[in-house]
Amino acid sequence: MSSAATLHGEALHGAHDADHGHHHHHETFISKYVFSMDHKMIAKQFLITGIIWAIIGGLFSVIFRLQIGYPDQSFPFLEDLLGHWAEGGKLHPEFYYALVTMHGTILVFFVLTAGLSGTFANFLIPLQIGARDMASPLLNCLSYWFFFLASVIMMSSLFVQTGPASGGWTIYPPLSALGEASEGSKIGMDLWLVSMAMFIVSSLLGGLNYITTILNMRTKGMSMTRMPLTIWALFFTAVLGVLSFPVLLSGAILLLFDRNLGTSFFLSDIYVAGKILPNEGGSAILFQHLFWFLGHPEVYIIVLPTMGICSEILAINSRKPIFGYMAMVASMFAIAVLAFLVWAHHMFVTGLNPFLGAVFVLLTLLIAVPSAIKVFNWLTTMWRGNIRFTPGMLFAIGFVSMFISGGLTGIFLGNSSLDIHLHDTYFVIAHFHIVMGVASFFGMFAGIYHWFPKMYGRYMNNTLAYIHFWITLIGAYLIFWPMHYQGFAGMPRRYFDFSNWESFKQFGGLNEFISLVAMIVFAVQLLFVFNFFYSIFKGRKVTTKNPWNATTLEWTTPIRPGHGNWTGEIPEVHRWAYDYSKDGKDFITQDTPIGEDESKH
Amino acid sequence: MKEFFLVAIGILVFVIIFQIAKTSEYVSVLKGEEKSRKQNNRINAFLMIAFLVLGFIGAWYCNELYYKKTLFPQGSASVEGEEIDSMMMITIAITGVVFVITQLLLFWFAFKYQEKDNRKAFYFPHNNKLELLWTTVPAIFLTVLVVFGLKFWFKITGDPPQGYHTVEITGHQFGWEIRYPGKDGILGKKNYKLSNIPSGNDLGVDFVGDDKSWDDLRTTEMHLPVGRPVKLVIHAQDVIHNVGLAHFRMKMDAVPGIPTTMWFTPQFTTAEMKEKTGNPNFTYEISCDQMCGKGHFSMRGVIVVESEADYKKWLASQTPEYFRVFPDKAPKPATADTTKVQTASVDLKK
Repeated sequence: MSSAATLHGEALHGAHDADHGHHHHHETFISKYVFSMDHKMIAKQFLITGIIWAIIGGLFSVIFRLQIGYPDQSFPFLEDLLGHWAEGGKLHPEFYYALVTMHGTILVFFVLTAGLSGTFANFLIPLQIGARDMASPLLNCLSYWFFFLASVIMMSSLFVQTGPASGGWTIYPPLSALGEASEGSKIGMDLWLVSMAMFIVSSLLGGLNYITTILNMRTKGMSMTRMPLTIWALFFTAVLGVLSFPVLLSGAILLLFDRNLGTSFFLSDIYVAGKILPNEGGSAILFQHLFWFLGHPEVYIIVLPTMGICSEILAINSRKPIFGYMAMVASMFAIAVLAFLVWAHHMFVTGLNPFLGAVFVLLTLLIAVPSAIKVFNWLTTMWRGNIRFTPGMLFAIGFVSMFISGGLTGIFLGNSSLDIHLHDTYFVIAHFHIVMGVASFFGMFAGIYHWFPKMYGRYMNNTLAYIHFWITLIGAYLIFWPMHYQGFAGMPRRYFDFSNWESFKQFGGLNEFISLVAMIVFAVQLLFVFNFFYSIFKGRKVTTKNPWNATTLEWTTPIRPGHGNWTGEIPEVHRWAYDYSKDGKDFITQDTPIGEDESKH
Repeated sequence: MKEFFLVAIGILVFVIIFQIAKTSEYVSVLKGEEKSRKQNNRINAFLMIAFLVLGFIGAWYCNELYYKKTLFPQGSASVEGEEIDSMMMITIAITGVVFVITQLLLFWFAFKYQEKDNRKAFYFPHNNKLELLWTTVPAIFLTVLVVFGLKFWFKITGDPPQGYHTVEITGHQFGWEIRYPGKDGILGKKNYKLSNIPSGNDLGVDFVGDDKSWDDLRTTEMHLPVGRPVKLVIHAQDVIHNVGLAHFRMKMDAVPGIPTTMWFTPQFTTAEMKEKTGNPNFTYEISCDQMCGKGHFSMRGVIVVESEADYKKWLASQTPEYFRVFPDKAPKPATADTTKVQTASVDLKK
């Protein structure tokens, strides 16, 4: 309640102060930068935490790629860095699997869920729908701090004696349930589960807030069908998260029970390390159902926001309306619904009932239809445009390219008969890294470059951005394209060393090449990180309110908006967000009233 | 010392790139931001088309290098896998065409419609006919893929054809245990609570309660006769594993507490495959394809496919597991050939 009162008071305050254009708050360092309730500051907190996690998660991949690329070599500096996990400079297999697990967990959840949705939902929703803040700034603040708590717990698991969780980011029991089966399934796994429980709380607090804000706090004239596609995308993302994360929470808690309280939800008939366990009647497969009931929507939680971001950026920089706005919304809706009905396509080879498998094949391949609509609509948006290659636009184009490449390989994996051969091979690695890893990262970069001027009132350096884009695009294809061939050769994923395998050892040279490219691409990401932090303080200053000549409301706020976003009245909305090049005008902002002789679309 | 230099060089490269970037920013301010923006726009537009061309060349080159290292040139080692392979080729063809068209349009549009002073963007918010077109065309192609895919899926997951034989494979950290039903064709029952490594009965076979187990064979390699369908009964003792048979295009999880099955028909012997691949070391390998702990990557099994006659001979040379666990019940070593083994197990049943 108090937060609503604050906000209200501030709105009045802002209106009163319209001429001065600034606020006379007694903001302390703590209330402004730490426990901030300003959605923009919370967005930045999510973003910067996400960037830190991304560096850690990326570094882990570089370390385990060293092992895959150079299995015979030892790297003494690894021992300095990792201690007993890399004795003599050789990575310990147990720790290799811990790195793989943490890489997945960190990037899927901490970077591409919290770092992505947390940043852009918080930053864009109030600014683009015309609200002074979120429905509940306090819950929003809590959402970040729960995420921070989850981060601290996950981080601490890296330092325990037996190491962090090492059963893969999907933490399938019994491996993750039995400390006897793996070092990582000791205390590291408990920390993983507790951290994820905190993470889910954060995600739910955030998601409920986003949904409430979008439904209730749109400014006058901002009907649902006038919202920019970013907001639609973030809306569907939040709905997916709210409906699916609790299922993962239940799975995580049942697993905690199995681990610590002697229950048998997921355990049965186990003889491990010479010990006969008493657990009977549980089902290891049940956990996979619970996991993937979140796990699959999770993929769309990651990719939907970037679809919205890229739709927006492609339209602005093509100087054209997004093609087929309603089809874009409908296809996102279809994707959101289907996201809940396809989870078992991750389980075709678990001994699933073949008829059930067939239903999941059908529903899975159905997703290709709305995805195809989106791709063709993006292409048509660019057709006969007048394209400006801002850094954001470059990454948006890269996103479409990656989404096509990774989406098409989904047609292989969604078809159960092909999945039998390709399941858990490098083909899968290539598929999901391209479609939800690289594509989503591209969408996130596009968003950061595009809205950086709004976040910090400065631009990022363009030359560094161009270098960042081209090397990342080329590097990502060089890394993941050849992996499809490794998958066609049946090469299993999550292998520490292939040299003992007659069937898989022929790719030694390729593995080395991929590792080398991965290191270069990682270094270029550090260039981005440097550009980001440097530009916050030293970037070129933004001198105009609307640097990209965009139509949406965030560009009607002051260059550095205070808490409350608009000084004076919130603008009223008279049109959709995509009036570019209409009636000979380059762009017409959403708050411009409809002219008398304006043509209809 | 070497690492120190590498880091130093890395930092130096960083600083240089950063200085160039910073300088170019100042230059653009001096030159006029609008002018340098347009120049960068042209450069990026050119890079788009260059990337498209080089990308396609790269994809072709990658195919040249690595196609021969995939499993396609040697063909499927199982009859059923051939259908998976042809299905794969159809899918590669369809998605390949879509891939080329869409990437071509994407980067071509980016280049062609780059910003020009005299160009006006075309206000084109929607077109129902076009949207209907690209809803229905993908839907039709996907239906085709689903229909064929499911046809094979139901065949592969259905019952094996007449005349199949059964082999049991059990995964544990980190290896595979293989069991053949003896002459009676029936595998003896197991109970995980009977598992006991020191006694030799690591799989928990119920030797006391089920006399069907007395003629069962335990082997380290899996031998299969060529041309006869085999049904694998798959178990796991501790965590989930996966019986991955890349050459046969087959894969199935091994789940503790929930036995699974999978069947296929080998169509080439190991010797034939050695010739076919030109690799004298060729081996049919069983790989664990489900992460199962620190030794996951070393969980290797071997399958030997041989002629029916060789298979029979090999089978006959194996001693039932029962005699290994209860050596006192075993016939004298000198008489441990096939016929005697059979009589011995018959004797025990009495």
